[in-house]
Amino acid sequence: MKNSKISDPFEKERLEKGYGEMDDQNDPVTMVLRHKDVRRCAHNHKTFQSGAEPGRIVVPSEVNIRDIRQIPFEVDPPQHGAYRAVVEDWFKRPLEEEYTEQLEQIIGDVVDEALTKDSVEMIKDFSLVLQSRALTLLFNVPFSESETWISWGTHVFRSEETALDASKATILYDYIDEQLDYYEKNLGEDFYSTLLKAEVNGEKLTREEIKGVVILTFAGGRDTVINAVTNSIAYFAENPKSLEQIKNEPQILNFAIEELVRYFSPLTHMGRVATEDTQVCEHAVKADTRISLNWASANRDETVFENANEVVLDRKMNPHVAFGFGTHNCLGATHARQILKVLIQTLIKKVNSIEILEADENIETLGDLKRKVGFNSIKMKFN
Amino acid sequence: MAKITFVTQGNETITVEGTAGNVMELAVQNKIKGIDGNCGGVCSCATCHVHVEPEHWDKVGAPNTMESDMLEFDEKVSDHSRLSCQMKVTENLDGIVLKVAN
Repeated sequence: MKNSKISDPFEKERLEKGYGEMDDQNDPVTMVLRHKDVRRCAHNHKTFQSGAEPGRIVVPSEVNIRDIRQIPFEVDPPQHGAYRAVVEDWFKRPLEEEYTEQLEQIIGDVVDEALTKDSVEMIKDFSLVLQSRALTLLFNVPFSESETWISWGTHVFRSEETALDASKATILYDYIDEQLDYYEKNLGEDFYSTLLKAEVNGEKLTREEIKGVVILTFAGGRDTVINAVTNSIAYFAENPKSLEQIKNEPQILNFAIEELVRYFSPLTHMGRVATEDTQVCEHAVKADTRISLNWASANRDETVFENANEVVLDRKMNPHVAFGFGTHNCLGATHARQILKVLIQTLIKKVNSIEILEADENIETLGDLKRKVGFNSIKMKFN
Repeated sequence: MAKITFVTQGNETITVEGTAGNVMELAVQNKIKGIDGNCGGVCSCATCHVHVEPEHWDKVGAPNTMESDMLEFDEKVSDHSRLSCQMKVTENLDGIVLKVAN
């Protein structure tokens, strides 16, 4: 099997029943698998809420390691809208010319360094570095902060030993407190200061609320971006003609980015908590139990996507849900898309070919099913 | 060439001219407030939602299934909703007025 291939483990259950079941720390999850149902449930925030106990809508649940509510992610309308409005413009900054130029510099440097090596471990020495450095642009903080963030490893809440690591979360929380203490006295043009200055419904955000936004920004774009970057490069290593195609037809670049994100679906699913007894695909869902919106499965729904299991770089109609759907769609999507855009342009400019030397796949277990989301480690050589 | 008028949520009226591409791209090029076109025009994000003036609906035509499935879940959907990324700029659109939904 090709290293860059991501299979669709949900096909049988999606076609036969439309849902799948898995346990997660004794708080089971009914996974919604069909495209239309995923969108319908994402839309119906009254019945399927995000504003449950903090950490509960994440799978695996973070209830035991997190008390702080992530904002606006774990807040439902109508309050959600006011919080979202505070951060929406900030998260559109990646479209600005200066931001893009700085991103080009960051990604150019990471690729240049890779070109000097005989073997690059992509997760830790490429994608994590790229993601952390790019995040300094999103925060608008000094580049040197990325060194600290790189030292945290690939997942802010996970270590290599356990899926959920409370000690790691503490490191992040303490760091954020330090930063907020500093910026409270030194207000500037950075993300922390923007939040410290912001008002919702005429009132300043509380420290807890600000931390909730910042934690979300760190956590949401960490392993997702790392997987998207690594998987994209693995794909180009094995399909060199694809890069050639984008080089010759630059107008398909946007299509290619959306298609890669659909195919990889870096975030498999996201939970919701039912507020009343309801059903999904005629399957009973009791109040106060969890469903998940399975983006990865919806993105392979054969009733929506032709040749769903193939990467069709110039796919023009592509209503994927890789960045979620509805009210809570991914706030960091603009940043993520810009990273992929600049990455592809940089590879076209600087790299002739890429070889995969060895790979260890990162496999998620979802009940009886297993899904590859990327790699624990993968060594490549850039030529 | 087509002259297309956008009316934003702030009631700003901007008329722009286009010859090729789609209406979302034309709006983004002209920095029309409320049209972001986040997904680049693949019908995945609905950040280019417009309401077509009813008298111009015949010029524009109804959305296809994929587009209407997308619009179905948009809070601001109306009988004359379209995603502007799915509207090709052609002479046929000359003179139409589009109200930006967001």
